[in-house]
Amino acid sequence: MQMSMEAGATAPVKARTSKLHFWYGGLHALQGVDMDIRDRQVTALIGPSGCGKSTFLRCFNRMHDLTPLTRYEGSIHLYPDDIDLVSKEVDPIEVRMRIGMVFQKPNPFPKSIFENVAYGLRVRGMRSKALIEEEVERALRDAALWDEVKDRLQSSGLSLSGGQQQRLCIARALATSPEMLLFDEPTSALDPIATARIEELITTLRERVTVLIVTHNMQQAARVSDYTAFMFLGELIEFAATSKLFTNPDRKATEDYITGRYG
Amino acid sequence: MSAMRAGVERRKLLDKLFVVLGLLVLFAALAVLLTLFLDLVRQGAPRLNLDFVTSYASRKPEQAGILAAWVGTSLIMVVTACVAMPVGVAAAIYLEEYAPRNWITAVIEINVTNLAGVPSIIYGLLALGLFVYKFSLGQSILAAGLTLALLILPIVIVATREAVRAVPRPIREAAYALGATRWEVTAHHVLPYSMGGVLTGMIIGLSRAIGETAPIITIGALSFIAFLPESLLDPFTAMPIQMFNWVSRPDPGFRVNAAAAGAILLGMTLLMNGIAIWLRYRFRKRMNW
Repeated sequence: MQMSMEAGATAPVKARTSKLHFWYGGLHALQGVDMDIRDRQVTALIGPSGCGKSTFLRCFNRMHDLTPLTRYEGSIHLYPDDIDLVSKEVDPIEVRMRIGMVFQKPNPFPKSIFENVAYGLRVRGMRSKALIEEEVERALRDAALWDEVKDRLQSSGLSLSGGQQQRLCIARALATSPEMLLFDEPTSALDPIATARIEELITTLRERVTVLIVTHNMQQAARVSDYTAFMFLGELIEFAATSKLFTNPDRKATEDYITGRYG
Repeated sequence: MSAMRAGVERRKLLDKLFVVLGLLVLFAALAVLLTLFLDLVRQGAPRLNLDFVTSYASRKPEQAGILAAWVGTSLIMVVTACVAMPVGVAAAIYLEEYAPRNWITAVIEINVTNLAGVPSIIYGLLALGLFVYKFSLGQSILAAGLTLALLILPIVIVATREAVRAVPRPIREAAYALGATRWEVTAHHVLPYSMGGVLTGMIIGLSRAIGETAPIITIGALSFIAFLPESLLDPFTAMPIQMFNWVSRPDPGFRVNAAAAGAILLGMTLLMNGIAIWLRYRFRKRMNW
């Protein structure tokens, strides 16, 4: 843990949120969050239900734009090119083409395994069959699913087990080589063995992509992440290297939460 | 303990009573339909042969057939399907996926639902004024097809909206999260995945349209035609019109013809519903979310 903490201290900033506010209609769900997401590190978001961690995550790929009457304020700068992800001038589609997402419950398309992974490439206008095949294989290998599905790429994505479906969703997000990958409680619908495989996968993904993960499970945050943010009632309470936050938190609220006094 | 036991027994008895009642009502409804169908077949039996479907109408009941009627009905159905499907599906997709949630949308939604309850003769009157005279389509297959398309539009829209709404939100989110536009999400995912429901709604609409008599009488369907239409602008007759014409004749021979035509029309409707059920089954099997 000490190692990764030091590595993290030197990693450049991939994204920086400044005074990020978010409203669902009249509900002020994020109340000025400032956080640095380090490049090719895993950052975990923890906190009790309703604390705003998923809301925060979904700002990064502008998922909230699909819900009417939502509003952002403040900024999320993505580096190195320094664009503001939540600015009105930035097209959410462009944002989503650079930042992938994996959801709470596995949600493969009712299409073949191959087509699931190829979809993002097709949306980006890739036509070459050979190139698509190559990228699909790479993504499935990166998601540690290739060996299990290489002989049945044409069968339905829905024919896989829950854990495999979730890895298929990870492959689908990886196929387009995103700069950042958002995980919204990716293992909450999975059994412990499938969960362990996903966690292992997330720790290896760090080499390629910046990961931001929301989790209900504090042990999971401790196992997979380099940095952890504790959120409460729409505010960022504490943000530190994971080893520090879990062993020696600065704030009383953080300590109460991680020791199970509430949440 | 035994008091509890007695309570459970009593409740289980009520449970069984409801099953019996339910089955009784179900069989009563089915028995009526079956009796009707069998009665039509029995009465029409003497005329249920190939000659009947390959002959034109005639003054002599034993020579009369339904050729012009079933060809007319089929062509009208093709026009109806070709118009109602794209318009209905597009309207439903717009309302479900694109329309902002405001009072205008709410008014449109209420009206679409209300349109499903408008008496069919009103559609006939509208079509007479609009298609037959205003657009000068005359008393043609095209006018009839358009009329029936209007009539079943609400059915298609409501069925399509329900099918589209059944596509889970996480599936849409997955597509959006990959950078798809709203149109791509609709065309690549929502529509293909809801096709079973869309087609079912379409066929249920068509099986309503196939038996409609009032609106096509209003726009001027003929009851005696001894030629096949050469274009969609030709005059026409249809199965229900032919039946209506035959039952109103004094000669009992025509009543046999009417029964035979009725059996065939009912058969066509049942066949269409059968196709709808089969399609739904086939599409649902692939989408087990």
